[in-house]
Amino acid sequence: MGKRYVTIWFRHLVTDWMTRRQPELQEIPFVFATNVHGRIEITAANKAAESQGIVTGMRVADAKAVFPALKVLDNRPGLEQKLLKVLGEWCIRYTPVVAVDLPDGLILDVSGCAHLWGGEHDYLKEILTKFSAYGYDVRVGMADTIGAAWAIAHYGNVYPVIASGEQTTALLSLHPAALRLDTAILVRLHKLGFHKIASFANMPRSALRRRFGETLLTRLGQALGQEEEFIQPIYINPPYQERLNCLEPIRTATGIEIAIERLLQVLCKRLETEGKGLRTAVLKCYRVDNKIVQAEIGTSRASHHVAHLYKLFELKIPSIEPALGIELFVLEVTKAEDVTQQQEELWAAAPGLEEAGIAELLDRIAGKVGADAIRRFLPAERYWPERSIRLAASMQDKPESGWRLDRPRPVMLLPTPEAIEVTAPIPDYPPMLFRYRGKLHQIKKADGPERIEREWWLDGGEHRDYYMVEDEAGQRYWLFRSGHYTADHRHQWFIHGFFA
Amino acid sequence: MTSGKADIIAALQKEILSLQGYKAEGDTAVVNVGLEPITRSFPNAVFPTGTIHELLTEAPEHTAASGGFMAALLSAFMQQGGVCLWISTSRRFFPAAFKAFGVEPDRFIFVDLHREKEVLWTIEECLKCRGLAAVIADLAEISFTQSRRLQLAAEQSNVTAFILRTNPRKLNQIASTAQWRIRPLPSQLEEGLPGVGFPRWKVELLKVRNGQPGKWELEWSLGQFVVLPEHAAPVISDPPKRKVG
Repeated sequence: MGKRYVTIWFRHLVTDWMTRRQPELQEIPFVFATNVHGRIEITAANKAAESQGIVTGMRVADAKAVFPALKVLDNRPGLEQKLLKVLGEWCIRYTPVVAVDLPDGLILDVSGCAHLWGGEHDYLKEILTKFSAYGYDVRVGMADTIGAAWAIAHYGNVYPVIASGEQTTALLSLHPAALRLDTAILVRLHKLGFHKIASFANMPRSALRRRFGETLLTRLGQALGQEEEFIQPIYINPPYQERLNCLEPIRTATGIEIAIERLLQVLCKRLETEGKGLRTAVLKCYRVDNKIVQAEIGTSRASHHVAHLYKLFELKIPSIEPALGIELFVLEVTKAEDVTQQQEELWAAAPGLEEAGIAELLDRIAGKVGADAIRRFLPAERYWPERSIRLAASMQDKPESGWRLDRPRPVMLLPTPEAIEVTAPIPDYPPMLFRYRGKLHQIKKADGPERIEREWWLDGGEHRDYYMVEDEAGQRYWLFRSGHYTADHRHQWFIHGFFA
Repeated sequence: MTSGKADIIAALQKEILSLQGYKAEGDTAVVNVGLEPITRSFPNAVFPTGTIHELLTEAPEHTAASGGFMAALLSAFMQQGGVCLWISTSRRFFPAAFKAFGVEPDRFIFVDLHREKEVLWTIEECLKCRGLAAVIADLAEISFTQSRRLQLAAEQSNVTAFILRTNPRKLNQIASTAQWRIRPLPSQLEEGLPGVGFPRWKVELLKVRNGQPGKWELEWSLGQFVVLPEHAAPVISDPPKRKVG
């Protein structure tokens, strides 16, 4: 069977999209413009602007001279490609092979598809109606070759379908630009008086090649069907989803376990072959009474390890209530990532934070008690003791600076300093004795003071003078006095930690 | 003949040890904790790994001393870049201080929980994970059955667990290999120097399975344990007095 192609040309792709988003722009002439070498050029104009004589490639200043109230929007680079990809994915409904034709078209390989819509005429009509209902101004063409279909969509003015094998006759009367040629070649053709394809289509190939280059011959051959043209179809990733229908409604925990295991096995096999791993997944259980029960899991790093994922789901099974029975299980991966392959260790060093076993352990703990219970600390470059450590963002997070050894810090730090009563001899000396929780401690040895100022840009208040003291029993404490000694008010002493 | 008998007795002793959870020598990598006279109290003169160590504390000062001693022990466990999990319901330990005891504080993963029941579950899960260097848990109350369960998990994975029992209401027996009590001692500096010296502890090995309990005075100075000479010989102490009830 011969090939059939459809090309769709979006005449105002970007502006139509904008009008769809902001319907009030429907009647207003507006353009997209970008800065090209210091002058602002129009990259797209809508229908209303075009009716005022404003076209793509014009300078905005000129366009404003023509139509002063012109609305100018900033061009978004890459928008066309994004739009065409989305539209192309939508077009998969018409044919499985859809390719993006930048800057403003789609190519559909419709071989053997048109009869499903009742013939080529109805097929094209369907496409046209659907797109114009969406608000896109499109033109279509259908032919045996991509080149001919493109030509008839852009330059044809009678009927968009070229019957099979008729492309030569259909194309001969068209302008050479219908062959998708560069401007330089078109200018040369124009200079030499070739205003129609017919005027040079039958010329000797060697003469054409010498004057216009190989491109013209290729394009001509592609349009007439003498040369093959290849397209790169859009590939749609099928979602990572598995379904399990049950003949009898499942009501027991064992049944749910078996279902999860089966679904995971199929899914993980696919993830493994694609080099992907699961980060979050949802298990949806459709019950007989039309209710859906969900269980979600998450992992700290991408994994396709069945046993591990099963363990995570196992923790959630008690929360799945089967009621009268579950008739359908759907396991869906909501977030998948590439798996980092781990190299086998040649000799076993003690495993570090990157170890897969630890990541799996932490996933299990997070699944049971919540991820916020797991904490790891890194040094922060601050002196204020409460802020001198910070939470690590992830297990891979590395300390920016080393842990400090030059300033002794207590092994146990009270979350809030507790007030104590002291007897201190003179300013800047450590106390002689202090009372903490009703117990009197005689201080025998002391180090200090270490003055730590407040971070004044964060909070106001007094500085702290820290002393490391040891009492008669050898117990070591971290005490501090808040602020300076002044005559008018008493300075408070606090205990803030215990040294080993 | 007598040597034959001695051999048989030694072989039988080894068998008993393996039945009680001790791995035969050479079976696992020996962790050198740098506690030469103390390790002699343990069977085979090897610091037991893959088991549960129990540390009794009464006051926050003792807890801090136990924390320091434990961190110093862990520095040997974490030498090759291992990871420790610290499970607790009311954590007051300050990670930045552990650097002084030779461990990287960012290699500790803290799990801060609300209920003791969750702590038990988490310890067991951790003890089943072979990749860990050690597991530390802050847990006052634990029953013998629960501790036995943990001990079995630890034997399987060869992960060492340290259980810090702060002021338990009931000092019941648990299935631990060793029971320690660490108390701070006055530090000493050279004659005439002011200030606080290196941390010193009175380390009591109250109970040890198949070994000799003892008491020592230790100092942690310049990145290693120093056993103070006057108390270096292990003193056989009375078995610890237990509260009944």
